[in-house]
Amino acid sequence: MNFLALFDLSVLDSTVRLAVPLLLACLAGLFSERGGIFDIGLEGKMLAAAFFSAAIAATTGSVWIGLLAGIGASLTLSAVHGVASITFRGNQLISGVAINFLAAGLTVLIAQSWFRQGGRTPSLIGGGRFEPITLPFADALTTVPFFGPLYSELISGHSILVYVALLCVPGTWYILFRTRFGLRLRAVGENPAAVDTAGVSVVGLRFAAVGICGILCGIAGAYLATGLQAGFVKDMTAGRGFIALAALIFAKWRPWHALWATLLFGYLQAIALRPDIIEGALGFKVQVQLLDAMPYILTVVILAGFVGKAIPPRAGGEPYVKER
Amino acid sequence: MDVMPKWAEVVLVPLISLLLAAILSALVILAIGEDPIAAVNLMVTGALGSTYGWGYTLYYATNFMFTGLAVAVAFHAGLFNIGGEGQAMLGGLGVALVCLFIPWPHWTIAVLAATVGAAVFGALWAAIPAYLQARRGSHIVITTIMFNFIAAAVLNYMLVNILRPAGSMDPATERFPEAVHLPSLHDLLTPFGIAFSKAAPANVSLVIAVIACVLVWVLIWRTPLGLEIRSYGKSHRAASYAGIGAVRITMIAMLISGGLAGMMAINNVMGEAERLVLNAVEGAGFIGIAVALMGRSHPFGVFLAAILFGFLYQGGAELALWTSIPRELIVVIQALVILFTGALDNMVRMPLERIFLAIRRGGTT
Repeated sequence: MNFLALFDLSVLDSTVRLAVPLLLACLAGLFSERGGIFDIGLEGKMLAAAFFSAAIAATTGSVWIGLLAGIGASLTLSAVHGVASITFRGNQLISGVAINFLAAGLTVLIAQSWFRQGGRTPSLIGGGRFEPITLPFADALTTVPFFGPLYSELISGHSILVYVALLCVPGTWYILFRTRFGLRLRAVGENPAAVDTAGVSVVGLRFAAVGICGILCGIAGAYLATGLQAGFVKDMTAGRGFIALAALIFAKWRPWHALWATLLFGYLQAIALRPDIIEGALGFKVQVQLLDAMPYILTVVILAGFVGKAIPPRAGGEPYVKER
Repeated sequence: MDVMPKWAEVVLVPLISLLLAAILSALVILAIGEDPIAAVNLMVTGALGSTYGWGYTLYYATNFMFTGLAVAVAFHAGLFNIGGEGQAMLGGLGVALVCLFIPWPHWTIAVLAATVGAAVFGALWAAIPAYLQARRGSHIVITTIMFNFIAAAVLNYMLVNILRPAGSMDPATERFPEAVHLPSLHDLLTPFGIAFSKAAPANVSLVIAVIACVLVWVLIWRTPLGLEIRSYGKSHRAASYAGIGAVRITMIAMLISGGLAGMMAINNVMGEAERLVLNAVEGAGFIGIAVALMGRSHPFGVFLAAILFGFLYQGGAELALWTSIPRELIVVIQALVILFTGALDNMVRMPLERIFLAIRRGGTT
């Protein structure tokens, strides 16, 4: 048995790449839920963003315009969610379900009528993709034992959105816990009446939370279609929005923990692609299906309260009625 | 006093929501360069213009009745069971085990046993989220979502590693024996001199689905348990003051809900495919949400909404066959129905309430 083989550099490398969309979506959900708006529509927003970023990048040839289009698509769905759950005080969960289906249907419908390639976009080439960036000295340091390969393969050589996502973690922490806006956002998720009494707009804060969620989901979706893969295919999010939701619970709604949770889930996805490594390291076969289901099982265990209790923001899911 | 008369609540609000969803769907069809009126015509002739079309419409409707009832029962208890998909998958596993490993002499006994098997497996799959909600306070929506994914993994494992016949590459069980073949509507209606398409998959499960609608109605509105479920759904605190146990009602409502979702498998697994395949449920568990919302969680409403969605499903398949509109159009319509009848309910309700208030004021002064 050789446990170290489980942490093969190539596996760790794909861990980072697979964790990034989860991380962005998880932080997106974190803003929304800290503001008291449950969002099970992360999946749909990512999918819409993936499609529009790939479609626009394919037609314009510029991945940056594609990224903007992806964020725009995701924000549009966020606006629908906001109007339904904040303005009309509808059921946030039902709205999220609707958004997931809306995105699943519309992306294929539009892709088919636009590109006529069976619900996918053309493959992205050249400027249509986010290319890997080689960090300074990456080539020079490869010969340094241990740290050299670690730096040049694991840390260097990702696309810009990976670094953006990683920077979003301290960014989110700072906004939530070191700014006035963050304090108010957390307050509006715990006790909106108190925020209202202090003369701050509950509706405004919640729309801001939903909006930030839309932007982050947009980046996550764009990364899927233009960074991780080259183009959009039907249902390409493949449940990542729900894994992000699971990671959010796992992280108990805290930014740094979100990073660790998504890295763990990213690792599970990466190792599931390499059954040969698992068998070589452990000496027995682990069922792929078990690895696939692992994030969900872990989340249920956490939710069951066996490993510490996960308590969501108190006012989450409840529409705020100003006058009673 | 309610602002709106009952007929407006029961008929007008859902109709307006449906109309909004229909208008938006028409706009979507226009936007992708197709003619909405021609599309509707094609859907109507394809789904309702022949007994073949009806056979498919009713087959889909049977699925949606079960999953719609499942969501509706949970709604009455104030619970949102989003796990119908996973429960129906496990129900399929129950049906397959019953049909494959017990030699049944006749389909009548087999279908009863399969119904029980499907319901038990579906209910067990709902039991863990229900227990976690009742005892541990973990949110049932999140746990049932997680259980959908875990169910997919379980089914995948069972089909690939255990139930797949030796030498077959296809992740599916072998065909069920001839004795458990369920009679189709063609077989059932021929003795009465009614000619019904032989190729369509609608079968005797439709009758069981209709019976289930009636039984759920009796349960919810004519039994003490139904009263407890509804009171618990209206107000958890009031119910606990009335001595209604939260754990008990949550468990019972979710077990019934999961059982109903699982029972869908007698239609799609036993009635149609006659073997268990990987994606047997095909999203019917999620359509149950739209069906329950549109049917206002009333079994009769669920019955009507299920037939409407059966029509949409079959009509959508016809569209995909004859035009360049892909099947996903139905997913969009389904999303719009969920959005308008569920999440944006107040958008329709608020202006209507204002109108009715104005009329009443005008009438009294």
